[in-house]
Amino acid sequence: MRSSWIDGKKGIIITGAIVGIIAVCLVQFGNPLNMGLCIACFIRDIAGAVGLHRASPVQYIRPEIIGIVLGAFFMSIVRKEFVARGGSSPFIRFILGFFVMIGALMFLGCPLRMILRLGGGDINAIFGLIGFIIGIVAGIFFLKRGFSLKRNYKLSQLEGYLFPIIMLGLLILLILRPTFIYFSESGPGSMHAFLYISLLAGIVVGAFAQRTRLCLVGGIRDLFLFRDTYLILGFLSIFISVTVTNMFFGTYKLSLLGQPIAHVDGLWNCLGMILVGWGSALLGGCPLRQLILSGEGNIDSVMDFLGMLMGAAFSHNFALAASPSGPTINGKIAVVIGLVIVAIIAYCNTEEISFFRKGEIDGDKTN
Amino acid sequence: MIKQIDTRGLSCPQPVIKTKKGMQENPEGVEVIVDNTTAKINIERFAKLSGYKVESRKNDAEYVIKVERQ
Repeated sequence: MRSSWIDGKKGIIITGAIVGIIAVCLVQFGNPLNMGLCIACFIRDIAGAVGLHRASPVQYIRPEIIGIVLGAFFMSIVRKEFVARGGSSPFIRFILGFFVMIGALMFLGCPLRMILRLGGGDINAIFGLIGFIIGIVAGIFFLKRGFSLKRNYKLSQLEGYLFPIIMLGLLILLILRPTFIYFSESGPGSMHAFLYISLLAGIVVGAFAQRTRLCLVGGIRDLFLFRDTYLILGFLSIFISVTVTNMFFGTYKLSLLGQPIAHVDGLWNCLGMILVGWGSALLGGCPLRQLILSGEGNIDSVMDFLGMLMGAAFSHNFALAASPSGPTINGKIAVVIGLVIVAIIAYCNTEEISFFRKGEIDGDKTN
Repeated sequence: MIKQIDTRGLSCPQPVIKTKKGMQENPEGVEVIVDNTTAKINIERFAKLSGYKVESRKNDAEYVIKVERQ
């Protein structure tokens, strides 16, 4: 295959810079502060828009999500990398996705929004980052000892096309705005850039992230695991470009208190992101990467998406999600349950330490 | 006979971990089968970083990556 400038470190750095600039610009165009792009929050808004939860401030079909999937889809078609595959522990992936969302809505953001918050001067996000790193290190502990959700298999091409088609369906609902779709009239869900700007932004992010395989969990993971700096450069590049762009627009504010859509409970910011980091490390990528893979025909990532969608719905139906006033008791209990369940999943799927699954994990070798 | 490692269908970062383990057990080199370009690029980068020589050939929708000590 012909190699070009985008294949190397230059490509991932430029991609990070583009993602950062786009995220901050989306705030200028109307998205909530420090939330130009947030995979968790935006999936949550979509869950609300289709009535899976009825939290009226967070209901909107976010075109950025649609765009990211379609951008990745087009790029993977062009690059001949689109392959429908799946069947790698689908229900475990669903459950992990569910709890990644519970953790993200405790912290109030996915790993991408964590960087946006860091780059906006939100000191609370440092607690999130510490938790995120701890979670990834926990994931690495099991990965090094043979953790696996077993292999996937090729599926019919139609199965791979279905998710991008559903995204097109959501886009049509967004354009037509039928009465059965919920749109926030106030709160974060009501704050959004013009539909086609958001969609285009998503497509650009999706295409670049597909091409360079940008992954925010992968950055820290590969650095610790292989001393590989490729993906962490994307992470750092987003942080730098977000910081610089925020300073340019005058939206940089270094403080602990009064940060937009954030709470100051450091312990729970940290614990929420441990859950996100750990769950994502076991899944093989951050929520953004899972969206990209969903666009490439990876049905295992679609299962993760569905888990996140359901997790978001549960979060708002049962008051698990934190708010700027802080975490809820229900949310704390859910995060603890999530950590226990993720630990059990990690243990039971790890070849070298789980006595009762020994020998089963590599059962496919005989095929 | 060079040891072959099958990483088809595995999610990140398992193909690279399996390659790393294989290289530790067989310092002379290994052959890795992958079925997606992400794993291919990651393994090639890891092997090069470890000072190994890498040679990949395409085999239908799969790649066979030969990782050898220089």
